[in-house]
Amino acid sequence: MAKMMYRDAIRGTIFQEMQRDPRVVVLGEDVVGGMGTAGGPEAIGGIWSTSTGLYDAFGPDRVIDTPISESAIMGAAGGLALAGKRPVAEIMFADFIGVCMDQLWNQIAKFRYMFGGKSVCPAVIRMPCGAGYNAAAQHSQMISQFVTSMPGLKVVMPATPADACGLLRQAIRDDDPVVFLEHKFLYAMTGEVPDDPDFVIPFGHARLARAGEDVTIVASGMMVGYAETAADDLAQDGVGCDVIDLRTTSPLDEEAILDSVEATGRLVIVDEAPPRCSLATDIAALVAGKAFASLKAPIEMVTAPHTPVPFARELEGAYLPSPAKVAAAVRKTLEYR
Amino acid sequence: MQLNREALTRAYRQMKLIREFEERLHEEIQTGEIAGFTHLYCGQEAVAVGVCEHLSERDKIVSTHRGHGHCLAKGCDVTGMMKEIWGSQEGLCNGKGGSMHIADIDKGMLGANGIVGAGAPIAVGAALSNKIDGPDENGRLAVSIAFSGDGACNQGTTFEAMNLAVVTKAPAIFVFENNHYSEHTGDAYAVGTAQDIASRAEAFGMKVWRADGTDFFSVYDTFGEVLEFVRTPGNGPAAVEFDTERFFGHFEGDPQRYRGEGELDRLRATRDCLRKFREKVTGAKLLTDDDLDTVDADALQAIEQAVADSRAAARPQPENVLENVYISY
Repeated sequence: MAKMMYRDAIRGTIFQEMQRDPRVVVLGEDVVGGMGTAGGPEAIGGIWSTSTGLYDAFGPDRVIDTPISESAIMGAAGGLALAGKRPVAEIMFADFIGVCMDQLWNQIAKFRYMFGGKSVCPAVIRMPCGAGYNAAAQHSQMISQFVTSMPGLKVVMPATPADACGLLRQAIRDDDPVVFLEHKFLYAMTGEVPDDPDFVIPFGHARLARAGEDVTIVASGMMVGYAETAADDLAQDGVGCDVIDLRTTSPLDEEAILDSVEATGRLVIVDEAPPRCSLATDIAALVAGKAFASLKAPIEMVTAPHTPVPFARELEGAYLPSPAKVAAAVRKTLEYR
Repeated sequence: MQLNREALTRAYRQMKLIREFEERLHEEIQTGEIAGFTHLYCGQEAVAVGVCEHLSERDKIVSTHRGHGHCLAKGCDVTGMMKEIWGSQEGLCNGKGGSMHIADIDKGMLGANGIVGAGAPIAVGAALSNKIDGPDENGRLAVSIAFSGDGACNQGTTFEAMNLAVVTKAPAIFVFENNHYSEHTGDAYAVGTAQDIASRAEAFGMKVWRADGTDFFSVYDTFGEVLEFVRTPGNGPAAVEFDTERFFGHFEGDPQRYRGEGELDRLRATRDCLRKFREKVTGAKLLTDDDLDTVDADALQAIEQAVADSRAAARPQPENVLENVYISY
């Protein structure tokens, strides 16, 4: 085990996988940074510090600094993957998915199916996402609802440095396209990460972050930490919560959710995205359909409101879920008679 | 560039096979037996064949919605393709793709595409892969080709792909087939650079070529020069624009009310690549009319057989809908 930041777990895992497999290729805007400038290559090393040092170690053929051309990045990732490489593409902000949706949704996600299963598309699309930096409406969004709804994609939302490592390694080694949603606010989070260079976390297996008997809280990404804080506060008052960290939203660990709800009878879903047609509504529908008889109270959803992400600190604070909002939802479901 | 009898016969057969494939589909689609949207390549055969006759399986191509010609020219199985268009479980894509999504990765055919302009970035990705793989024992790079038309040349994806290829020196070739119609709109209206696509590629910093796309020899010789340039490590991408013609509508069923009086008859009489090929090779006494008639009969027989096989081929079952995607809910 080594203590490291979430961003370093990502960079280190890419580095190890590039060393292990010559087919692994990195591409994206400013993943090298400084190309064509007085400062020269690696003057920046990626704006998230998730690709620092890769160019010096692996060179320009495998660490491809691209112009600001998201469609070309996404499409090239698809072409590299069809041609037998294992690209790890970075879309600098997940919000920019709007610029390159066709290449993700109509191309990468569909190759294997459209081609009758006769091709694979082992592309990893890393998308730094989420709010918390007052970056306003076009640099702060949670896009899990879009990508989770697209058949053909796998969608990963690591909540800890160890998960960032194990899930990213699985993503790179996986033969299907994977959208890897890194929460920008978690980059500086520190935690223990296994040293094993083959440490992988299989997709579709949720993590029980807290165990309790009274209420089930389902969360993903940065929301897991909020749920844990809420659960710890509630424990002081004798309320026990299961906190289920989904880890991957597609495939979804339905069993973990249903088993927990069958035991507790009460469910709170925490989702950073707006409330309509979201992971929260999807999971609520799942539980209503398959664990209806277990429910002792209406399902509570703690989500962003149905608005764009606002700029001002006070507004963004009001927009995002919070540990206090999660705790309030837990109390509400417990008060239901 | 002088081709021997065998190479000439092969090129003619490929063009004829595409022609018969498409002419037959044009007939069959009218009976209602074939489902979906189909876009025929008739008239443009010299481009696909003049390009692909130069390529090996290491080289990759990415095609368009009008992709049957590219697929056949790159070596996709004619019966497998026909079965796919028939929607058979035995089709190249098990009936999952249809006319617009035919692919054969092993042959270097990375997919037709239903989205105009979507292919160019994918082709650049494949070219970047070729660059990583490096030159072969003869010091030559494998290339990756984006077939695009005068419609796709107006898509931002194509611009992004051209710039990315230039800045990364990717061994990509942008083949623009200007058939003068993007769907139902003329290039005189839609291509702002005075109907000239190659100048756009030139503006992105590429060396460009232009040639008559209805003359196989013009395509073949020109593309040979393009290929010689792009296979050389360090040169990066290039582009070529072929002036060609589309003998059918945008899609099958298109009433083509945008065509001029007698336009299609005139094109078939003066711009038919197969007719031109025959005139040239018989005039130069490289092949005889008998030689070519034999190829014609052989191509027709191959299509007859492919259609018969497609009619008899196994249909997909409802449970097949859930296959080939990693998880089904």
